[in-house]
Amino acid sequence: MQQIVNFIIRNKTFLLYILLFAISVVFTIQNHSYHKSKFVNSANFVSGGIYTQMNEISQYFGLKHQNKLLQEENNRLRSIVSSKLETKPSFIDSLTFASTYKFTPALVLKNSYTISTNILLINKGKRDSIQQDHGVITSKGILGIVDQTSKKYATVISILNTKSKISAQLKRTNHFGTLKWNGESPNIVQLIDIPSNAKPIKGDSIITSGRSAIFPKGIPVGKITNIELDAAGDFYELDIELFNDMTNIEHVYIIENKDAQEITNLLNSKNE
Amino acid sequence: MNSIASVNTIRFITLVLLQVLVLSHIYFLGYINPYLYILFIILFPVKNNRIVLLLLSFLLGITVDMFLDSGGMHAAACVTIAYIRPMVLKFCFGTIYEHQTIKFNQVEIGQKLTYISILTLIHHFILFLFEVFNFSKIILVLQKTLFSSIFTIILCVLVTIIFSRKTK
Repeated sequence: MQQIVNFIIRNKTFLLYILLFAISVVFTIQNHSYHKSKFVNSANFVSGGIYTQMNEISQYFGLKHQNKLLQEENNRLRSIVSSKLETKPSFIDSLTFASTYKFTPALVLKNSYTISTNILLINKGKRDSIQQDHGVITSKGILGIVDQTSKKYATVISILNTKSKISAQLKRTNHFGTLKWNGESPNIVQLIDIPSNAKPIKGDSIITSGRSAIFPKGIPVGKITNIELDAAGDFYELDIELFNDMTNIEHVYIIENKDAQEITNLLNSKNE
Repeated sequence: MNSIASVNTIRFITLVLLQVLVLSHIYFLGYINPYLYILFIILFPVKNNRIVLLLLSFLLGITVDMFLDSGGMHAAACVTIAYIRPMVLKFCFGTIYEHQTIKFNQVEIGQKLTYISILTLIHHFILFLFEVFNFSKIILVLQKTLFSSIFTIILCVLVTIIFSRKTK
């Protein structure tokens, strides 16, 4: 016993080092696996508050660009509304139910795009009924999925994250695959598992497939820039150029699927 | 004693804020960021307890990790350089270190440069190894380590020269 105590006292620095290093490694491994970065994330009072202050200042620098984006979006929505007004009768139909998807606007406080596990911080949290697995989009296309939430903030796993997997399809043919990122360019993501009979063409548009309970169908993702068959020749691997400029994002929308619970319950009961 | 504690507290907070608000958004040539906050560990008083330095380094790393959403990779790198610091000090400064009388603004620039470079390279290597987390991309790790290290070393040396008190 005496010897053990002596050993610990003699090597206390080394043992402390090993302990702290092990804790860090555990945190790192958790950070690299999906939905597990629970303890250390920026959706908390201190870092969220400081990033909010910083964003108050820095958002003035992008006002012109953001205004232009909002105007483009308004323009597009206005054209949809006007075409609807022409075709539909002018009375208000009070019998239809509210849509399944609920949109909440939010501001990006922190964005990163150079490391292999990019995470964004947004200024909406549990208080605004934001929960894990809500989708996040911009006016131009898809952005990511909500990961951790605190009272006022939430972290978003960006599409530029090697652990993110999102279902997407060809707009033209409905063949669907999985959207992934290989960690290289912040403009290019990969769409894998497209069956070989889909015959994609360069320049084809890619949209979300609506097969998961996260995103509705038809949200734009990007266009095909490169087409490759895998070694076995059964599936295509496509390079997709994103419509979004991931390096310059400010206003986003959070999508809540009100039927998500029901869908996941149904799928789980099927698996049993 | 009190002044050492207060100077280091202010240094800790300033370096963390500078790192997470400014330096982590530089993206020079697309992916190169300096990690200046390790200056805290580099300039930590030599006489102080190693245990204290280890705990403070862990705190420093985990704070930066919290802001940058990077799990524990900064903490791991910081704790490692805090642990090996005495050996590097011995290697770089030799006898002055034995007598425990190093003042960082009085040593020769050459010795200081090797000291900063060794710690920076080791820190960045561990950091990027954990960031990429893939041994098959070791070339990418080494490339990132090299370029970011150059940036960090230049900044560290500049900051130490600018903020050194003149001692005559």
